[in-house]
Amino acid sequence: MVDWFKRKKKGILGEKKNDIPEGLWIKCPKCSEILYKKAIEQNFWSCPKCRYHFRIPAFDYIKLLFDEYEEFNAGYRSSDPLNFSASKKYIAQLKIAHKKTGLNDAIVTVKGKINGHQLTAAVMDFGFIGGSMGSVVGEKISKAVDVARANKTPLLIVSSSGGARMMEGILSLMQMAKTSAKLAQFSEEGGLYISLMTDPTTGGTTASYAMLGDINIAESGALVGFAGARVIKQTIGEDLPDGFQRAEFLLEKGFVDRVTERSEMKEELTRILEFFA
Amino acid sequence: MAERILDFEKPIAKLEHKIEEMKELSHSSDIDLTKEIEKLQNKLNSQIEKIHSNLTTWQRVQLARHPRRPYFLDYIKEITSDFIELHGDRHFADDKAIIAGLATIGGEKVVLIGQQKGRNTKENLFRNFGMPNPEGYRKALRIMKLAEKFNKPVITFIDTPGAYPGLGAEERGQAEAIARNLFEMARLRVPMINVVIGEGASGGALGIGVGDIILVLENTWYSVISPEGCASILYRDSSKAPQAAEAMRVTAQSVRDLNIADEVLPEPNGGAHRSPAETAQIVKSAIVKYLKKLKKLPKDELLRQRLEKYSKMGAWEDIAK
Repeated sequence: MVDWFKRKKKGILGEKKNDIPEGLWIKCPKCSEILYKKAIEQNFWSCPKCRYHFRIPAFDYIKLLFDEYEEFNAGYRSSDPLNFSASKKYIAQLKIAHKKTGLNDAIVTVKGKINGHQLTAAVMDFGFIGGSMGSVVGEKISKAVDVARANKTPLLIVSSSGGARMMEGILSLMQMAKTSAKLAQFSEEGGLYISLMTDPTTGGTTASYAMLGDINIAESGALVGFAGARVIKQTIGEDLPDGFQRAEFLLEKGFVDRVTERSEMKEELTRILEFFA
Repeated sequence: MAERILDFEKPIAKLEHKIEEMKELSHSSDIDLTKEIEKLQNKLNSQIEKIHSNLTTWQRVQLARHPRRPYFLDYIKEITSDFIELHGDRHFADDKAIIAGLATIGGEKVVLIGQQKGRNTKENLFRNFGMPNPEGYRKALRIMKLAEKFNKPVITFIDTPGAYPGLGAEERGQAEAIARNLFEMARLRVPMINVVIGEGASGGALGIGVGDIILVLENTWYSVISPEGCASILYRDSSKAPQAAEAMRVTAQSVRDLNIADEVLPEPNGGAHRSPAETAQIVKSAIVKYLKKLKKLPKDELLRQRLEKYSKMGAWEDIAK
């Protein structure tokens, strides 16, 4: 219990933002309204005018949901197994991402309480190399499944990810299989898994754990899909319909149970946890 | 069919052409060229060996995509004589990019599932270039469940440039279809062997590729994204695909070295496309060998080992330690 709230004191919140620039005033990317930053924060990091949901760091999301939490496996990081170098060196990109986000990879795993309910969660951070899924994301999700199994708690994964991480090649691809296999084990043992998809959730992330929830929830307006819109456009040679691959589109097509506003998320999760408790 | 010759194969083609000419000449005249032909044949063999013992990553990618390379249907013809194809996902359609059915291999009743490319434009349109839609993955899953019900091992043949990135594919849940397959394959209660016979592109390949044993033919590639896709993102230039292939370490041997594949299956001298029948026999013996081992395991142990296999995949360190 000593470690509870530990990260909070270090002030993870604030200077390391995905969508949110420095300064007191922010322009909403959707409706272009100039907004007071504090007002957005108080509005669950969404635009008070058009309800655009800003992309926020993992710890900000955790704080929106959890009343108390403890992080685990914070020290996991990539060992750059391919010694990958393209236009940039992967190892250098990792360092930059670490500096920018304060994280060691694109996911934070915690155990804690939300409105009295025990919950284990893995929350992705889009600010860390586009929330890409490599070995560390796969391993931390696997370990989160094990923590949920050991403590007999439900599991929540909050996705925000561009997909699998190219810089780890086949090892990244296999994280899709690894996480799905662990979730299958969890499911077989009767564990409750809630998948929460935030903007954006695409590629290998969608095609593995994000789509595998007992309950799938998408944040209002979130982009959720498999192939990138640009690629699809090239394939079919025409413009994509309005709202394509948005949360509401997925609801319409039957792939998510609910589309929920961020401001309602904690209550929504509480009600679901309550039901299955 | 028009011959397509890769640049690095040109010296081989030239010698073959010469041998053909000599054979014709000795046939149509009285000159005995047996010795010369034999000499050239030896030269040809050593040329093939020389070229193929030094292939670059990109050359292997090219071989994996060789238009004469054996496809899933070619394997079916070579290693089974009683294939019964089963169609459709029972929900939406029959995806021609994935073929599934029942067969006997080496006396063993199995279920075969694989991606199928076409050899010409017409076939490719029919097969959608080996790029499955969600209904392809759902058909595969349906047949896997059938195999589970009747306790038959599942063998999958992987050869796809990727899952189809289309509007309809998204509407019908490409991501969900692949994810569901990964989830279900992880706990399918029958032995499962995956063989990469050509291209193993990303989630589209993995969607039928979670099993107990992963075999990769020597001149195949398997990775998280195609070299072109990687190059266009990381270099903003898809013509840098050879560098991207190198950087991602996509070859069969790399996939083995990274502890993903269980075994690299060597191809006959000159590559699978030069000896499809022989290649098929190599694949068949490997399947038979591993089936024997897997069949001995009790089901719970089989599933335990499968979960452990995937749990170990990846490379990370813990700086807290």
